[in-house]
Amino acid sequence: MIVVENLNYSVASAQILTDVSVTLPKGGITALIGPNGAGKSSLFSHIARLLPMQSGRITVDGMDVAPANRQALARKLAILPQQVHFATRLTVKELVQFGRYPHCQGRLGAEDHEMVEASLAAFGLTALADRFLDTLSGGQRHKAHVAMTYAQDTGYLLLDEPLNNLDIAASRALMTLLRWLADEEGKTIVIVLHDINFAAHYADHLVVLKDGRIEREGSPVDMVTGALLADVFGTDAQVALVGATPFVMP
Amino acid sequence: MVLAAISLFVGVISLRPSEVLHDSEAFGLMLDSRLPRTLAALIAGAALAVCGMIMQMLVRNRFVEPMTAGTGQGAALGILIVVLLFPKVSILVKMSIATATALLSSIGFLLIVRRLPPAQPLLVPLVAMIYGGIIGAGVTFVAYQWDMLQYIDTWLNGDFSGVMRGRYELLWIAALMTVLIYVIADQFAIAGLGRDASINLGLNYDQVMILGLLAISVVAALTVISVGAIPFVGLIVPNIISRRFGDNLRATLPLTALCGASLVLVSDIIGRVIRAPYEIPVGTVLGVLGAVVFLWLLYARPKHAR
Repeated sequence: MIVVENLNYSVASAQILTDVSVTLPKGGITALIGPNGAGKSSLFSHIARLLPMQSGRITVDGMDVAPANRQALARKLAILPQQVHFATRLTVKELVQFGRYPHCQGRLGAEDHEMVEASLAAFGLTALADRFLDTLSGGQRHKAHVAMTYAQDTGYLLLDEPLNNLDIAASRALMTLLRWLADEEGKTIVIVLHDINFAAHYADHLVVLKDGRIEREGSPVDMVTGALLADVFGTDAQVALVGATPFVMP
Repeated sequence: MVLAAISLFVGVISLRPSEVLHDSEAFGLMLDSRLPRTLAALIAGAALAVCGMIMQMLVRNRFVEPMTAGTGQGAALGILIVVLLFPKVSILVKMSIATATALLSSIGFLLIVRRLPPAQPLLVPLVAMIYGGIIGAGVTFVAYQWDMLQYIDTWLNGDFSGVMRGRYELLWIAALMTVLIYVIADQFAIAGLGRDASINLGLNYDQVMILGLLAISVVAALTVISVGAIPFVGLIVPNIISRRFGDNLRATLPLTALCGASLVLVSDIIGRVIRAPYEIPVGTVLGVLGAVVFLWLLYARPKHAR
């Protein structure tokens, strides 16, 4: 369970997040959605400890997200930031091995090697293990990064807009993987999503932000309505139901 | 190993292996000049290549190295200041002040680089050269004002001809720094993945940055003091190694050190042989070699490697 209490964040005179308090449930996929500039990524970056906290408190399973807990947090919570742009040349396997760093400080034991192999196998990367990342397609590279966070063996996985620059097939493949991680491996996934339809289809819980505040939260069926699109996104799109899943007509 | 052996027996005074064993004068020459010179070239080459690799990881750009990006010039500025203001202090104090100014100028460089757009990787080496050039020009100006141009020449142009027993031992500290860098190689490799990835893996990113810059500055200062700035080793070697073997530093750093050591030693031997009995400074030889290889790296850069 991730608990955010009274989080405020401002840059210069602009208030980005205003008194945000929210509890993200343990288990399943929680998606953060909202219009551009709503503060989704700022909230994400605070939970992921990429931004220093100005005021407020965030705990993960009761552990404070503070620099003092750096190593322990790295074993509890893995993050996949928005832009993963590497200048370095690493093979898929080397990248995945770095995922074990919080556990072994670079000296991989038998258990670590097992975890690396398992992670490569789980994501279908065994055949690509010795390829350099810069020789892979965008989708494969993405998989390698998710495989690295998987090898990190954390209960929580945080992803910031992972579907950017991915085509429909790669996007669906990634979301299916995340669904599998949540359902079969019992991981808690927190994901910032732009596409409401993806959020509605794959997530269990939606948290809607607007103007730096939590606007509302709940299940996709309750959240994704014409009213939400009008109030929060300011557009009057139609919402249809496909089976039990709401679908926004673009 | 072969190169080291050749280096021991190449020089103004001809020396044959058999003489060393029998002739005490030849043995003395070996111990006082040839051996220190060979060791100095090996250590400086290895340390500079490794530091180049680390700097490229920290800056996250393939086209920088300490000697052209202000660190070496910063060290020279530090020595100049010490020589002008406190000429009597010990070599250790000199070294500390040179390290401090080298560190300051590296931090300055890093702060500038962070403001550059990441999508324009070629801006970084340009800025590096201008930045290094400005500090270098400052050094030259101060030296000119105080009539010390000859002094700074020995710091800014690497040359092993002055290396003798008793005048290169500081370089062993550089060798030690290189070993220490290797001990925490993983942390530098992760830092090369960027701040976000480092934080994700629980690394103290800022601490790694400072440690890396400190190590680079110490090595740069020691090299500049004992043999003078040696350009391009820190650029060419890491680029070739990275292209061929990747950036898993724990695996590639020993090779980087070996190649750097060999390159500098070869350049020094070439400089000794080409116009014997006169010598061409190793910095000049490497400058020519390095410029060619650097151009090749720029043009032959594969499209996907950014």
